Formats: sequence, structure tokens, C-alpha cells
Amino acid sequence: MRRRNVLPGLPLSLGVTLFYVGLIVVLPLAALVIKAASLGPEDYWRIVSSSRALASYRVTVLSALGATVFNLFFGLSLAWVITRYRFPGRRIIDAMVDLPFALPTAVAGIALTALFANNGWFGSVLEGYGIKVAYTPLGIMIAMCFTSLPFIVRTVQPVLEDLDPALEEAAQSLGGSDWTIFTKVILPLLAPALLAGLSLSFARSLGEFGAIIFIAGNQPMSTEITALLIFIRLEEYDYQAAAAIASVLLLAAFTMLAVTNWLQSRALRYTVKG
Amino acid sequence: MSAVSSHRKPPRVGDNTVFRRALIGIVLVLVAFVIVAPLIIIGVEAFSKGWAIYRDTILHPDTRHAIMLTVLAALIAVPVNTAFGIAAAWAITKFDFWGRRFLLVVIEIPFSVSPIVAGVAYLFVYGLQGLFGPVLDAYGIKILFAVPGIIIASMFVTAPFVVRELIPLMQAQGRDLEEASTSLGASGFRTFFSVTLPNVKWALLYGVILCNARVMGEFGAVSVVSGNIRGQTNTLPLHIELLYHDYQAAGAFASASILALIAVLTIIAKVALERQGAGRVRKTAIPAEKTA
Amino acid sequence: MKIRLENVVKTFDTFRAVKGVSLDIESGELVALLGPSGSGKTTILRMVAGLEYADGGAIYFGDQDATDIPVRDRGVGFVFQHYALFPHMTVAQNIAFGMKVSKVKRDKAAIDARVADLLRLVRLDGLGDRFPAQISGGQRQRVALARALSVDPKVLLLDEPFGALDANVRHDLRRWLREIHSELGITTIFVTHDQEEALDLADRVVILKDGQIVRQGTPQQVCRDPQSAFVMKFLGDANVLSAEVRDGRAHAGGLSVDASGIPDGKAELYARPADLDWSAQAPGIAATISRVLDRPDSRRVLAVTETGEQLEFDVEPERQVSAGEGGFVTLRRGKVFAV
Repeated sequence: MRRRNVLPGLPLSLGVTLFYVGLIVVLPLAALVIKAASLGPEDYWRIVSSSRALASYRVTVLSALGATVFNLFFGLSLAWVITRYRFPGRRIIDAMVDLPFALPTAVAGIALTALFANNGWFGSVLEGYGIKVAYTPLGIMIAMCFTSLPFIVRTVQPVLEDLDPALEEAAQSLGGSDWTIFTKVILPLLAPALLAGLSLSFARSLGEFGAIIFIAGNQPMSTEITALLIFIRLEEYDYQAAAAIASVLLLAAFTMLAVTNWLQSRALRYTVKG
Repeated sequence: MSAVSSHRKPPRVGDNTVFRRALIGIVLVLVAFVIVAPLIIIGVEAFSKGWAIYRDTILHPDTRHAIMLTVLAALIAVPVNTAFGIAAAWAITKFDFWGRRFLLVVIEIPFSVSPIVAGVAYLFVYGLQGLFGPVLDAYGIKILFAVPGIIIASMFVTAPFVVRELIPLMQAQGRDLEEASTSLGASGFRTFFSVTLPNVKWALLYGVILCNARVMGEFGAVSVVSGNIRGQTNTLPLHIELLYHDYQAAGAFASASILALIAVLTIIAKVALERQGAGRVRKTAIPAEKTA
Repeated sequence: MKIRLENVVKTFDTFRAVKGVSLDIESGELVALLGPSGSGKTTILRMVAGLEYADGGAIYFGDQDATDIPVRDRGVGFVFQHYALFPHMTVAQNIAFGMKVSKVKRDKAAIDARVADLLRLVRLDGLGDRFPAQISGGQRQRVALARALSVDPKVLLLDEPFGALDANVRHDLRRWLREIHSELGITTIFVTHDQEEALDLADRVVILKDGQIVRQGTPQQVCRDPQSAFVMKFLGDANVLSAEVRDGRAHAGGLSVDASGIPDGKAELYARPADLDWSAQAPGIAATISRVLDRPDSRRVLAVTETGEQLEFDVEPERQVSAGEGGFVTLRRGKVFAV
């Protein structure tokens, strides 16, 4: 069968793409997996299940969960306020949402630390109530909140903007209260985007490094995140341990990627013609 | 309905005044605490020791070298990524081939992978204990703990940035324009430069600007592969860390203020480009049919 | 330019869009490819253009085998369904594009002169500086045509040329396209799903179903002799009555009509609304009028036979009929097809 393309340029563009993706993305990740695999199951298991590694997973996952839940409410409210209400400064707020994306993580890290340190603007006030943020898991959570906030806002916002007003009007004409319409009509329509945003936000939090290490305190067993543990293993020239723990983070990333893709295809299922 | 209120719309869900004001108030306060405050404190801390210290930090040879290195990394990584992004978007949107969706997923991997993991992965390719490290070392080629490593790691982290902006738009525009151009006798490059590019230029620029911001600000991946050699392989974000841990907070914040300024400029550029229609997929290139 | 398709086949993944189509198009002919959606008509047009490659068979332009010639060298003018005008170029720039990229170098003055000629031809003088978004749908359609003509194509191909336009605009453009065709005499193929459009415009109509040609001929030939129940139904409203064929005549209710060549047994009798009439007396099919719809040029009667079959037919505007009235449906003419 003759299969040819009408538009030109497939060999060149696909060739460039595969070469670049192969060299820049696939090769290093494959090298990492090979390195981790060369350990043998027993050594691998011993390293990834060491008590220090387990503690790092716990603080990373719990902080990421906390940050994601906070951002669920904050991000959804922010997206709602930006799209549904008109008030002075709305456009500035809309633009500011991207700051955590645009601001380098190290910059965010030192800025948050300065704010939440016990002599900082917020830290000194919170200290009065006996709340310590900097150098505690709470600090890790705040850094994660900051860096992952835009994911939720920016995935929910377009869906909220494109929501057909007729759907709400139909629900109103049927006598639904605002709360009923929100939970029964609007929220289900937002849900796929919201879930996709949450999974992106969670994935980002799991891997975050720069913003966290300044504020975290980095005490083994309590405020040491997994990404930092990998870094420490490298500095100790324990490359195999670094590879093994990095492979755990990689696996977590792939899992979240699969979840996100699945959620996004679900988000599109309304548009699939039966 | 009375004549006075005839231009008013009936309330939508959540338009209750009390609720509306309360929600706007809460969001504004949180934005002020979470987003605005970090930005302000960078400026405050940067000048906390006065203008002279700020100026000295910025003009210090190590800082200047870090700036140069950061700019150099961006000057190489961004154009290469742009070329790749265009090629990938062209291949993925203008043709049907087996594994197209999978390729898209692979391209987006760097979004999900921790920068630290990326850095470590590069060690096992180009490092002495990696795949090519011994060979490269034998020929005296240094990639890790040197400038090339910084650039390659930046490329990994930003690989999806340009593609991701182009693909939705080029997908939505379909293949009609390119087919029309080709049927009129235009070559592939002519078609791309005369027909495709002018219709995606804003999205392309948008992707390039975001890519640039990320390259200049990348910390995790670069800190693994750079070796942190002061005055040699320190990019600006690494320089900030170094100063910060040297208890030169004012200096760290002074350097951070440069990156914060770039971030603010990036956002301004982004808003300007969004006004041109970038960043949001336009459904059709030509507005829907109206009465002739 | 004479065009010949020889047993052309096209498969998308597992779907056979075109299953062996052979077709001869004479030089200067205006041919309509007519069929329901999914009949393969657009795929055939795109294969003639070189926008799809045939999986089997051959396409000849004159004596030259054009099957494998890429679209940019094939020398066809293609008008896209949604025009595919370059949105960032003015009308004049759109029309000039093909000449600018051509291997035949033209100087700017020559291109400008040709653009002006084409604008005049499509009656858009003075609109050259507008952008596609600033003109109406009908005007865009004409720009697309001018752009396709600019490269002096051997063949003009139009994909649903009037599909996206309002009814009154399409009517004018149809007549106008016919005029342009007689003026230029260029071999033209267009695709449509609108029977009226095909019959009004084309010298020859090719009717497709499921990737195959089911009937072709002049509008008169296909209308007067559709040769199959599908074509009969596809070309316009038709009443269907179950009939019984005996010795070359079909019998349905009290009606009887010539059915020579149809084997004895069950068959279907097809009659257009204008082929039926209403009478107070037998012979005919006993029926009761259920509704009368008044239209500008006739009255459409809906009637139900004793066996429950629904019939629709037209009577003269002056005729007094009303719902509930009983009588007989008579037949002026009809077509019989074996089941």
C-alpha cells in the first residue's frame, strides 16, 4: 500500500524531534533507570526503604498533599473570582497568578524564608501564637503551595470561562439554589480540569527542590525532602543510592503523569460523539 | 422589568453581594500574603543594607560572571529549544503517524520530573560513573561541572515549553492552510514561513519567553550538574544560594532582585502576548460565518 | 484537460472510503460529485488534487499518469470547503500567493496586473486591501476561487463550494460560477451533498454511495431514469408504495403501472409528490387526507391509505381539499424497483 504524505517535511521535523527527545529526555532517564537497576533487588530495596528515605517520602508526600488540598480551595476560589467577578485590580491579580511560574525557585525560597523566619514579617507574628513555620514541615508545605498554585488556577480558569451560561440559566429556571447549581452542575463540569490541575500540582510538589531547601531546615528524619536526600547522597559520592532514590521520584512522576493524562482524556469524554 | 434596570443582568450563581465581597476579600488577602509579599520582601531585603551594598553585589565580578553565564545558557538553550519545538509541533500536528500521542507524552515528561532527578540522570550519562563519561574524559571533553552541562540540563527542564504553546494552536488551525499553500505550488519551507509561522507567531513568542524565564531561573537540575564552582560554573540562581549560605543575605537578595525583575517582565510580556491571542487557543483562524 | 480515474481505491485505517471508482471527465466539462456524507466524494476530489494519494488505481491528466505527482506540481486549483484563506494576508496577497511561489518567475507588475484581472473576474474590485476576516462569506468564497485560478490550473476542484453560505447567496453564486465556467472553459469538478445544486450547475452528475458510483449522466438522464431506489430517494422527495409485479406491470392498491424488465414478485413503487394526484372517484388508492400544507406555489396534501401508508403529493393552489376528506390517490407516473 502506498502511504505518503501530502505536506512536506515529515522526515526532517520528525527526525529532529526524535533525535532531540532521545538525546535530551529519554537517554538520561534511561541511564538513571539502568543505574538504579544495576543495584540488584536486595540492595535497591535496602536503600529505598531505609528509615531516612522513608521519612523523606513521608514528609514530602504529606506536605504535598497538604499543599494540594490548600490549593484546591485557594486555587478554585482564585479562578472563580478572576473569571466571574469584575473588580478593580482583577487583571493584575490574574497576571500575578503566574508569578510562581516565572519566579525562579531559589528566589522564591529565600523570599519565603525571609518572610516566615522567626524574625520575619509573618514569622514573628505567628511566633506570638506559638506557630513555627520556617524549618518545620509547615514551611515545606508553604513553599509547595507557592510553586504549585498556578497549576490549579490555570487549568480550571479556561473551563470556567467557557462554561455555557445557558447551563446555569437552565438550572436556575428549574428552581435550583446557588449552592445546588454549584455542586450539581458547575462543579461536575469543572471536576476533570480541577482533578488534572490537582494532579499536576501534586506532581510538582513532590519534585520541588529550590523553593523548599531554604525554608525546610533539612533535618534528617523530620524536614528532609526526598529531592534533598538525593542531593545529599550525591554530595557523599554515593551515586548508587542517589540513583535508587531518584528512581523512586521518577516512578512517582510517571504515575502522576499517567493519572493526569487519564484525567485529561476523561475531561474530553463529553466531546466524544457516541 | 423597569426601564432603569433593563440593562442589568439577572444574578448568576455566586453573585450574592455578601458572598461575592467575602470571597473577593479572602482571595485578595491570600494573594497578598502568598504571592505579593514574597515579591516585595525581595526588594526590601535587597536594599536593607543600602544602595551601596546593592550596587557592590551586582557589580562584583562573581555576580557579573553568574549573570553572563545565565545569559549564555539562555542564548543557547532557548533557540535550540525553539527550533526543536517548531519541528515537533509541525510533525505532530501536520501528520498522522504511529505513536504520535505517545511522542507528545514523552515530550511533556520534563514537566513532571523533579529537576533534581533530571540532574542526577545527566550524571549517569556524562559523569565519570555514567554511560559516556569515561569516553568523554579520555578525549578531555568536559560536559559535567562545566558550562555544557548547565546548558543541557536547562534544555531538559524546558524541552516542552515551546511545543506546548504551539501544538494546541496548530492543531486547531488544521491543515487546510498548508494544503492550500502547497496546492498553489509553495515549497515546504515557503509554506512554513509564509503561511504557518505568521499565524502562530504570538504563541511561539509566548513559549519562547516562558522558556527563557525558566532557563534563567533553573536551580535544581543545574545545581546537580554545575559543580557550583564560584566564578566559573555558577549561574545566577546558584550564586544566590552561595551568597545566602555565606550569610550575605543582602547580597543574595540583591542578586535575586535581578531574577525577580526578569520574572515581572516575563509576566508583563505574557499579558501583552495574551492580548494578541497567544496562550489561548483560538477556535478558528477566521471568525465563524456571518450573513453574507 | 481530460481527466480519467481508473479503478481508484482509498482506505483510511480500516475504512474503505473509495472502493474502485472509474470515471472519465471530458475537457471543459463541469462535473458534480454528489452523494451523502461518507460516500467518498470529497476523498475522490482530494485524490484528483493530490491532497490524498490513492492506494490503488490510477488518475490520468490527459495522457499523463498523475497518480503520484505531488499536489504542488500537479497544477490544480483547489477551493477548500472553508476557503482556507490565509488570514494574515490581504485579499490581493492571497490571490498573488500562488504566483509569488511559482517556479515561473513573474515581476511585480505582472503579478499586480493579474491580481487586478482576477479581482475583476470575481467582481471584487476595490476589496484587494481587505483581510479575509473583513469580508462576507460569499466574498471569501470568490477570493478562494480567484486564488485557485491564479495559477492557471489545468483543473478546477471545489469542495462543497457553497456549503457554508446562506441560501440566497448560494443561489447567486451558483449562477455566477456557471458563468465563469463558460467564460474560462476550464475542466471543473465540484463536490456537493445538495442535489439541487448538482442538478442546477453541472453538465454531468456523478452520484456516489459508500465509495462507489451508483449513477452518472446529465441532470436529465439521472432525473428521468434514476435506475435505482437509492438514486430515486436521494434526488428528492419520493413516496414509496409496496407493490406486486405480474407480467410486466406493478400493482399497488387500485393502481397499476408499467414495470417492464422487473421480475414478478414483490417490488416498490416510487412516485414524486408531483407524480400523484387526488380524485373523488376510483380507480386509485383509497385514502383519507390527514393534513394540507399551503405553500407558495402549490398545496401539499398528506394522506393515509387504508393500509396505513403515508403519502405526500401536491395539488394546484386553487384545489379545494381539507383534512378528513376521503378519496383516491391517482398516479401520473412512477418508477418500480425490485425489492
